[in-house]
Amino acid sequence: MKNIRITPTLYIIFLMLPIYWLLTMALKTNTEILGGFSLWPADPTLANFRTILTDPSWYNGYINSTIYVALNTVISLLVALPAAYAFSRYRFMGDKHLFFWLLSNRMAPPAVFVLPFFQLYSSIGLFDTHLAVALAHTLFNVPLAVWILEGFMSGVPKEIDETAQIDGYSFGTFFARIFTPMIASGIGVAAFFCFMFSWVELLIARTLTSVDAKPIAAVMTRTVSASGLDWGVLAAAGVLTIIPGAIVIWFVRNHIAKGFALGRV
Amino acid sequence: MQKKQNQKAWFLVLPVFLLVAFSAVIPLMTVVNYSVQDSFGNNEFYWVGTEWFIEILNSERFHGALGRQLLFSAIILAIEIPLGIWIALKMPKKGWGASLCLVLMALPLLIPWNVVGTIWQIFAREDIGLLGHTLAAMGIDYNYTQVALDAWITVVVMDVWHWTSLVVLLCYAGLSSIPDAFYQAAKIDGASRWAVFRYIQFPKMKRVLLIAVLLRFMDSFMIYTEPFVVTGGGPGNATTFLSIDLVKMAIGQFDLGPAAAFSLVYFLIVLLLSWVFYTVMTARDGDAS
Repeated sequence: MKNIRITPTLYIIFLMLPIYWLLTMALKTNTEILGGFSLWPADPTLANFRTILTDPSWYNGYINSTIYVALNTVISLLVALPAAYAFSRYRFMGDKHLFFWLLSNRMAPPAVFVLPFFQLYSSIGLFDTHLAVALAHTLFNVPLAVWILEGFMSGVPKEIDETAQIDGYSFGTFFARIFTPMIASGIGVAAFFCFMFSWVELLIARTLTSVDAKPIAAVMTRTVSASGLDWGVLAAAGVLTIIPGAIVIWFVRNHIAKGFALGRV
Repeated sequence: MQKKQNQKAWFLVLPVFLLVAFSAVIPLMTVVNYSVQDSFGNNEFYWVGTEWFIEILNSERFHGALGRQLLFSAIILAIEIPLGIWIALKMPKKGWGASLCLVLMALPLLIPWNVVGTIWQIFAREDIGLLGHTLAAMGIDYNYTQVALDAWITVVVMDVWHWTSLVVLLCYAGLSSIPDAFYQAAKIDGASRWAVFRYIQFPKMKRVLLIAVLLRFMDSFMIYTEPFVVTGGGPGNATTFLSIDLVKMAIGQFDLGPAAAFSLVYFLIVLLLSWVFYTVMTARDGDAS
């Protein structure tokens, strides 16, 4: 067994090259980017990042994205936890159909829902709010959260539930004090996935917002279509969108493999 | 695990049911509504029956987008699934090397999709991009905004870059559940590398591979943002996939009736194909065991 493994190394280099390129562009001035070709910035500058962090129309995008992603994660987990428990522990009328109906929503192309979402949220006065985007994203995050949590919960022996009942715990106390800590890693993984899919989605988020809740991804597309392209600022904005994801991955790195298998290994 | 019969469990499921009914059923009913009606504006609608469905199913435009979409998903699955398995097999099993690999490989999955598009748009440009510049320096004619084949290659490579890690992570999860004793037994029996893969590793990966194939199929079939940012569906219509075409029709031209019929046909195709994948793969599973 060699110390350096060629295949994964090559693959990671392939993954990192475009990201490296984005990073170097973020550290260059626009004149340097367009002026000539160089593999690394001759004179690294943080000016592009400064532009973003001092201009409200830029940094509000990050704040808006963070708010609706957090809202979405909380809503998804709150409704998914009891449902996943029900699916993993009980049989009830229509349980299988309901489970597959939930999953079928994960298969719905977002493009199908763009127009009806716009009309629905406009008609109830939620257009251009963080809540609208958070609710809309539950379309694909709730099924996924139920699926992941159900997988993790089924791994907890049922005897635990019965013992707690005999010991006189009410269902609420049992769920909050005993059961939830036992599936903590499952909750972490589900939260990770909710974060991930809400953070990367653009089409629905862009359609449901105009000014007050405009996500960073939409702010970026506006810059792309502007005539004078400021590549450096665009690259810096891109780099800043990668950072939250990188931090989150670092925290869940030990559970990530199991999480990607949706708790079903 | 034996599950208890308990109708009260419905109370636990009720919040999810209401939420999904709100965020999925109401919009879906709106779409159904539009698909069978026509409007002259002023919010006046009248019944047209299956007219839009017949129009969509017979239109060249829909056939073209569907054909490109099927080809794209087929290419994506053919590249990403074997590549993902192969990389997962070669990954370090434990220690800091494994953690580092996992973190770095998962990184592209957490980049917003339009930023993925932006990264590749920049990376492949001839004037300022590393890839485009290198290819030009090597004398290869490459221009993804003008040549259809180059646009396709760019979009496919971008998707491989973006999503192969998902397959790798899933397979890795399956592989890491195999106890060391299995490998030792295989070694004692003198099993070949292929036999180890065929009889020990592959069976363990089957369940996660099913998830991988389903997720990759669904997501590649619904792809919108990344190719839209890079090519805008062009050159011409070369990379106009179903979602791009649908958004163009619904938001750009505001053809509600045809767009709604398009939506329903599209959704049904995804459901049907996912169901076929699921049935075929689980049926083979049943034969083997």
